[in-house]
Amino acid sequence: MTDLAHIRNFSIVAHIDHGKSTLADRLIQSTGTVKDRDMKEQLLDAMDIERERGITIKANTVRIDYTADNGEAYVLNLIDTPGHVDFAYEVSRSMRAVEGSLLVVDSTQGVEAQTLANVYQAIDADHEIVPVLNKIDLPASDCDRVAEQIEDVIGIDASGAIRVSAKTGEGIHETLEAIVNQLPPPKGDRDAPLKAMLVDSWYDAYLGVIVLVRIIDGVMKKGERVKMMSNGSVHLIDRIGVFRPGMMPVDELGPGEIGFITASIKQVRDTRVGDTITHEKKGAEKALPGFKPSQPVVFCGLFPVDSAEFEDLRDAIEKLALNDASFSYEMETSAALGFGFRCGFLGLLHLEVIRDRIEREYDIDLITTAPSVIYHVYMKDGSHFELHNPADFPDPSTIDHLEEPRIKATILVPDEFLGDVLKLCQDRRGIQLDLTYAGSRAMVVYDLPLNEVVFDFYDRLKSVTKGYASFDYQMTGYRQDNLVKMSILVNEEPVDALSTMVHRDRAETRGRAMVEKLKDLIPRHMFKIPIQAAIGGKVIARETLSAMRKDVTAKCYGGDATRKKKLLEKQKAGKKKMRQFGKVDIPQEAFISALKMDG
Amino acid sequence: MAEDWTHGGFGIYIHWPFCASKCPYCDFNSHVAAEIDESRWVRAYTREIDRYAAALPARVVNSVFFGGGTPSLMAPETVNAVLERIHMRWPVANDLEVTLEANPGSVEAGRFRGYAQAGVNRLSMGIQALNDPDLRALGRLHSVDDALAAFDIARNNFDRVSFDLIYARQNQTLSDWRSELRRALAMTVDHLSLYQLTIEPGTAFGDRYDAGKLRGLPEDDLSAEMYEATQDICAAAGFEAYEVSNHAKSGSESRHNLIYWRYGDYAGIGPGAHGRITVHGQRYATETRLAPLAWLQAAEAGQGENLRRALSGTEQAEEYLMMGLRLLQGIDLKRYYSLSGDHLDTAKIAYLSEIGMVEHAGDSLHVTPGGRMVLNAVIKEFFAG
Repeated sequence: MTDLAHIRNFSIVAHIDHGKSTLADRLIQSTGTVKDRDMKEQLLDAMDIERERGITIKANTVRIDYTADNGEAYVLNLIDTPGHVDFAYEVSRSMRAVEGSLLVVDSTQGVEAQTLANVYQAIDADHEIVPVLNKIDLPASDCDRVAEQIEDVIGIDASGAIRVSAKTGEGIHETLEAIVNQLPPPKGDRDAPLKAMLVDSWYDAYLGVIVLVRIIDGVMKKGERVKMMSNGSVHLIDRIGVFRPGMMPVDELGPGEIGFITASIKQVRDTRVGDTITHEKKGAEKALPGFKPSQPVVFCGLFPVDSAEFEDLRDAIEKLALNDASFSYEMETSAALGFGFRCGFLGLLHLEVIRDRIEREYDIDLITTAPSVIYHVYMKDGSHFELHNPADFPDPSTIDHLEEPRIKATILVPDEFLGDVLKLCQDRRGIQLDLTYAGSRAMVVYDLPLNEVVFDFYDRLKSVTKGYASFDYQMTGYRQDNLVKMSILVNEEPVDALSTMVHRDRAETRGRAMVEKLKDLIPRHMFKIPIQAAIGGKVIARETLSAMRKDVTAKCYGGDATRKKKLLEKQKAGKKKMRQFGKVDIPQEAFISALKMDG
Repeated sequence: MAEDWTHGGFGIYIHWPFCASKCPYCDFNSHVAAEIDESRWVRAYTREIDRYAAALPARVVNSVFFGGGTPSLMAPETVNAVLERIHMRWPVANDLEVTLEANPGSVEAGRFRGYAQAGVNRLSMGIQALNDPDLRALGRLHSVDDALAAFDIARNNFDRVSFDLIYARQNQTLSDWRSELRRALAMTVDHLSLYQLTIEPGTAFGDRYDAGKLRGLPEDDLSAEMYEATQDICAAAGFEAYEVSNHAKSGSESRHNLIYWRYGDYAGIGPGAHGRITVHGQRYATETRLAPLAWLQAAEAGQGENLRRALSGTEQAEEYLMMGLRLLQGIDLKRYYSLSGDHLDTAKIAYLSEIGMVEHAGDSLHVTPGGRMVLNAVIKEFFAG
């Protein structure tokens, strides 16, 4: 155990691509925590998808031993936090477990919207903040301008900002010294009753649930019986240790320390992030203030393309849910798609990550139905309920009114793209709240309906600004609006997986866009196929996919029989990526692609 | 009960793999070679004939077909030696059909009399187009005048002469094709093969197409209109399409190709030739080595086949369906059942009838003119689980 004065706990706040993971890698490497030969890029991003997308999804932690220039040995605990807005809750609770943050800003780019959102969380958590200007090896690096911007936009002193190239290693030593000298040591009382904050938890196939803890007061040891203060459940600690970044057992964890325990816990759901862990006997009286649990805000149906894979899908979803308490699911039956699951996600990225993992790690082709947010439905009889699935939309004549979730969106954008961004926000029913300038960049704040954002807003934003805009949002509440359910009929049959909630004023535009898209996405069949968008019984947009005119092999003689048959069989196998609705085959990707708007 | 192949008859296919030059659209097994020792090829062909005769005794040969490549590059003596051997090993039908594929060049035309004397009684000529720029674009070495001259010589030597045209060519308009087809019909004897240009992977056209450099091909709708116009014009002239791309006066159909489409037995002899043969009641698919010299050596050594695979009842039924629906007369559902052991899905037949793709009377099932245009989709519907 290390005494409090020689512990520093910190996180790193950065926008995607500003070099957070590389900086973490260098800190770990330069202190010899990981041998060079074991070093792989982005050490803390454990999942393939994290590495591939260059994002961190789960909080990761590592303990670094560092002997400072003053000759003293320190323990530095880094909690790496997710950078994406979908995972804002994970960020907030990780922040509560540490005393300081490195604010990493790309010195060729400057402050971005996500930097802002996360740095405000750090400020809320009373962190000491050390600004770090990264990528100084690049020719476009402009440290003075970016330091000034940090002071202007965020309002913290950046005169002492450390100039770093995580790539070349320049400034890494200075960063370690700043962590020791500028960040405060944790506070805590070794002799007080145990109070440990449950920071995160995840499932490991061999060890069961692993619980990441930050000790506030007291000492935790292997073999002790501990109690979750939220529900009184008692567990026996069978392992205790720290991450370096692999798991290393220790005898005990004391105040200020960050480490893990395992206690034969079967499900992540049995552990509540933000809970306080204490001893079963002589425990603490009062729990630490908890965290708000994360709530899914985007819902969609996941169905196997091949209905025979439903059990495999159930298995995959249950396994993923073991490790992700913010992902919710329940079984759903659709007339057209058969058995599947209605799933809830923190945001669209979260949805895509889960979907990719099911397809890749479990090798199941999925149909993802139109994502939906939660609407509040108020009925004429005075009752009300939450609508997660447009398929459950009640008879409109029984509804009094509907409310939809709204968000406050912050967008930072270079001047020249401002007009496009304002137009995009207006098109998505946005209400401008604020528009300010910081240097040559504008910061716009909009009140937007969440359902206009969940789908492809971020993609559109990146596209209209050539990738130069950054975006972040927070939920603000619900507001009444004129919303309707739009159904899509393919060959006169409603396809519930394509139903969406839309604003009445935008229904015609959306409907037209969707039927046009579907006309391109659905292959021609032997017969012509009407594709319609309808509200109630009223058709508001219609396209006709004409019948295929010609598909016949010109030459087929004795030598061709084998080859042509193989070809037809291969094409037949390709059809498996489609689902049949009535007599119409709809390709798997159509369900999501149909919703993406180009304009 | 008679074996299934007897519904289609028995034919022998002889593959001659050499061409004077390779055409850019052709994905057949053809090679350009400087020197060819025809005596070795005769030896190889005759050894293969002997081998099949031993495996398939007591058959009556309905047809022999020399395909390629360019079989009209063979010396008439080679053709004669092959046919003599066939006559030596099997009895042949009274109306034995012996077809040879010929290029309509002046050199080839000089051999036509020799082929007729050897026993060839039907010539199939690769004329391909009736205008010189398009012939050049298709990589053909002959001109329209060459073709017409060769055609006259062919008519003087053979009772039955068919020729091929390729349409839906680059920059071809519907009215271009209509008038070209009318000219072709005016000279047609009894049989005509009309193929829509198909871009096959692995050909020169295929490579150019993939590189985006093969321009002016008709869009789907135009190519469909060309096909429809072809059916109308030929039918009006008395040359109904008895198969997707083949038109004949009644009774003048290619008996050899009918063996394929009626799913009979055929011995495939020569490099890359495929066969379907029934031995002791089991039908096999056979294949041979593609490379001419590799096949030649194997055949000389007494084993030209390099693959013989037993076909399950389901596979045979699917092949019968796929080949048979190409024919105007369609397939016999009883025969399908006896091959497969299962009835062809009646719900699918009903559905395809309802949308106008097939017609069904008693045990006979055939595609409608509309269904024939999307025959691949119709077959896939039957294949889909």
